[in-house]
Amino acid sequence: MSVEKQINEVDTITVKFAGDSGDGIQLTGDQFGNTTAIAGNDFATFPDFPSEIRAPLGTTYGVSSYQIQFAAKDIYTPGDTPEVLVCFNPAALKVNLGIVNKGGLIIVNEDEFTDKNLKKAGFETNPLDPDDDTLRDYRVHKIKITTLTLESLSEMEMGHGDKLRCKNFLALGVVSWLFSRPLEPIENFLKSKFGKKPQILEANMKVLHAGFNICDTMEIFPIMYKVPPAKLEPGTYRNINGALATSYGLLAAAEKIKLPIVFSGYPITPASEILHTLAALKQFNVAAIQTEDEIAAVTMALGAAYGGSLGITGSSGPGLALKVEAINLAVMTELPLIIFDFMRSGISTGMPTKTEQGDLLMSLFGRPSDSHLIVLAPSSAQDCFWISVEAVRLATKYMTPVIVLSEGFLINSSEPWKIPNLDDIPEMESGFRTDPNGFLPYKRNKETLARDWVRIGTPGLEHTIGGLEKTNETGQITQDPENHDLMTRLRYEKTQKVANDIPELEIMGDKDADLLLVGWGSTLGSMRASMEAVASQGKKVAMINIRHLNPLPKNLGDILRSFKKVAVIELNLGHLNMLIRSKFLIDTAFLGRVTGQPIAVTEMIDFINKELETIKEH
Amino acid sequence: MSTSTEEVKYKANDFKSEAEPRWCPGCEDYAILKAVQTAMAKIGRPKNEHAVVSGIGCSSRFPYYMSTYGFHTIHGRPLPVATGLKVSNPELAVWVVTGDGDGISIGGNHLIHALRRNCDLNILLFNNRIYGLTKGQYSPTSTKGMVNKTAPYGTIEDPVDPVGLAVESGATFIAQTSASYVKELVDVLVEAYNHKGTSFVHIYQNCYIYNNGAFDGFTDREIRDDNNIKVEHGKPLVFGKELNKGLTMGYGKFDIVEFEAGNVPDSVLVYDETDPILVRMISDMKFPEHPVPMGIIKRVQAPTFEESVHSQIQTAKEKFKPDLKKLIGSGETWEVK
Repeated sequence: MSVEKQINEVDTITVKFAGDSGDGIQLTGDQFGNTTAIAGNDFATFPDFPSEIRAPLGTTYGVSSYQIQFAAKDIYTPGDTPEVLVCFNPAALKVNLGIVNKGGLIIVNEDEFTDKNLKKAGFETNPLDPDDDTLRDYRVHKIKITTLTLESLSEMEMGHGDKLRCKNFLALGVVSWLFSRPLEPIENFLKSKFGKKPQILEANMKVLHAGFNICDTMEIFPIMYKVPPAKLEPGTYRNINGALATSYGLLAAAEKIKLPIVFSGYPITPASEILHTLAALKQFNVAAIQTEDEIAAVTMALGAAYGGSLGITGSSGPGLALKVEAINLAVMTELPLIIFDFMRSGISTGMPTKTEQGDLLMSLFGRPSDSHLIVLAPSSAQDCFWISVEAVRLATKYMTPVIVLSEGFLINSSEPWKIPNLDDIPEMESGFRTDPNGFLPYKRNKETLARDWVRIGTPGLEHTIGGLEKTNETGQITQDPENHDLMTRLRYEKTQKVANDIPELEIMGDKDADLLLVGWGSTLGSMRASMEAVASQGKKVAMINIRHLNPLPKNLGDILRSFKKVAVIELNLGHLNMLIRSKFLIDTAFLGRVTGQPIAVTEMIDFINKELETIKEH
Repeated sequence: MSTSTEEVKYKANDFKSEAEPRWCPGCEDYAILKAVQTAMAKIGRPKNEHAVVSGIGCSSRFPYYMSTYGFHTIHGRPLPVATGLKVSNPELAVWVVTGDGDGISIGGNHLIHALRRNCDLNILLFNNRIYGLTKGQYSPTSTKGMVNKTAPYGTIEDPVDPVGLAVESGATFIAQTSASYVKELVDVLVEAYNHKGTSFVHIYQNCYIYNNGAFDGFTDREIRDDNNIKVEHGKPLVFGKELNKGLTMGYGKFDIVEFEAGNVPDSVLVYDETDPILVRMISDMKFPEHPVPMGIIKRVQAPTFEESVHSQIQTAKEKFKPDLKKLIGSGETWEVK
């Protein structure tokens, strides 16, 4: 029955799946992402879900979605506006209608467009009615996903609810056909997931194939799409998200420094992912401990760092607030505590599953007194791996806490990752002191100003540390005024010394440009995409992404001063912007958004063009 | 790691630091300091194998006066710090010094969870029923009606019962004593050390400046034998200056019987530190209706937290060879040529 289909070859496309939180949207997205990876495309994903686990069915606030952009070329973002939207219900259509490209393809589960569901979603008329104008600008394909799922399982003896749960795989079959994808990777996934539940395996397989086959036989779509493989650097690749990359980076660092990990955390969205991951990887000498509260989490990690292990904790804004006093104890006792903050939309409880970059100033300055520590920020899902390694290296070498400002967006988003050769990562030294001769607890290494790390239990090195001010070198408690001034300066200088030990910033884009874009963290992707889009129109733009936020890279000042105009872009109302203006005494332009979402590339392009115009005018 | 006690004999002074204690004259913290140093000498491990972790408060200055490893942490948090340390370095003897404010008020949550977790820590809770370092505010163990800086009309709160809290939290070792009973305190500390799991030692400690005489009603030399009962596993529950009183099973509580000294009736109960009912009833006794129990109230064996943490790591290693290269290269991979 199969007829020749027209294949439309495109170099980049954005697809979004949307439905109820319980529809299996994230799983569908993940699986589609996986086949995308295997098809050799470059890609970036953006899972976006409500904080309710199962919000009431059919409501707009309960809509969960998964967006993926994939391409035959390098891409940096999950895309602004989808060309293809797969809607599992009217609410998903309602929420996403505004963002789909005009002329885009909308696939809907027709079964769900009942009067009741339409009303819940806030539609006054049925957008699927032939005389309704709502979807006039789009190519709409109605598929009875629910009915087809049930029909293809009619001979299977299983509960109605269990059958319905398979419907996301029907959609996956449809989309696989649409993008000329083999079903094998999805089948492999199903086999590994449901190997012990043969009935569920069989049902999902049937439904998956049913979805694929109806496209083949029923001519639902006039065309198929094909996105040729991207030209990536040669090597072995896998799909990675920030949660796994963070955890793997910690394991790699622990292996390089030959120390066990004590990771203590308290459940909090979205940081719990790291605790989940590490709890399942105990074989790598990981004690992953769920504590009674955020304060216990940070202090337990601190106790482990004191003992001579890698003491690590992770949290998000509300948890970081609770950890502040203990972090200051780590600053005062000069112990290598590592704190991950997976920033989420605040303030207070805010929007827990949404992303933001609002904790920069808190990490830098949000502790009582003159308290300084190292602050790092990964710029992509895969960079989470390298930032973990860097955090361990710097914390142990400089005997200071390190805050890693990661983001909710990075934890969940995934991209292709060229698997690194672990042998290329340099070995690290714990440098534990064992020699009692001349030992003083606060005597410092001349180069780094770090005090000695002593594994507690070592004979001859007994000493007491604590939060009280201590005499330089001897560590005896004292309130001597000049000593306190000296110690405060030493603790500050120590963190500043790190600037000699971190890579200088590299300018991306056109070094001769007049405009420099400055960002940090996850905005790297959208900034780069925007910069390249503007550059493709013959305009000159440059950019930097700052991974070391304290201390800042040594060449930052020179770079900033070598451009006519500097524009800072971040997901807050101006944290880095304030820092740059006050530290380097330069004027800046600023784009800040706090929508809980990454900044759209189109919005950035408008901003860049506007700034380029103002330079011209002057 | 532990050095044989036959080879090395330690003196209490071996565990004393050069720093001069800065507690008020007359403070019973001095007595507890001496008792801990004496107990460590008896335990017979070198000073590098002990770590003392404290919070904030008068008692928490303790680590500075010890020649062992020490960590003076922040208010209320010595227990999770000590837990992290013990998980990291299981071979260490870890002691936690805390007070009624540090351990029960600001750090109360950690106390509950440390006790149920059963990490091998020796918790010494100095209870003076007052905030001393901040100069005399009421604490969660202050008696109701007590007049002090923050309660000029008397406190309106019922106090926490630390031993009852420990029982309820599932502690595996609970002892109670007084800083004024130095010999008994040393014995209890040695037993607390010997216990594998969390040992909770509740120590009545007089604050000479802000709450002097708080415990005179049952610790004063003249009257204490009639107002304390020494609980000891396998021994009858007998007390009184003449050892002429005993506890028998009453209706949901102990009854007190008097008898001729040396002629203990069969109805007087023999204490069993592993019996949950006796443990509960002993901890439920209220002074002055009943005597204050002193000694080891509960001792049961259970796996320790750090043992379980490390045995899971071991099990995981047996199940999955820790191969990081393999892990990172796992899942669906593809080659780009």
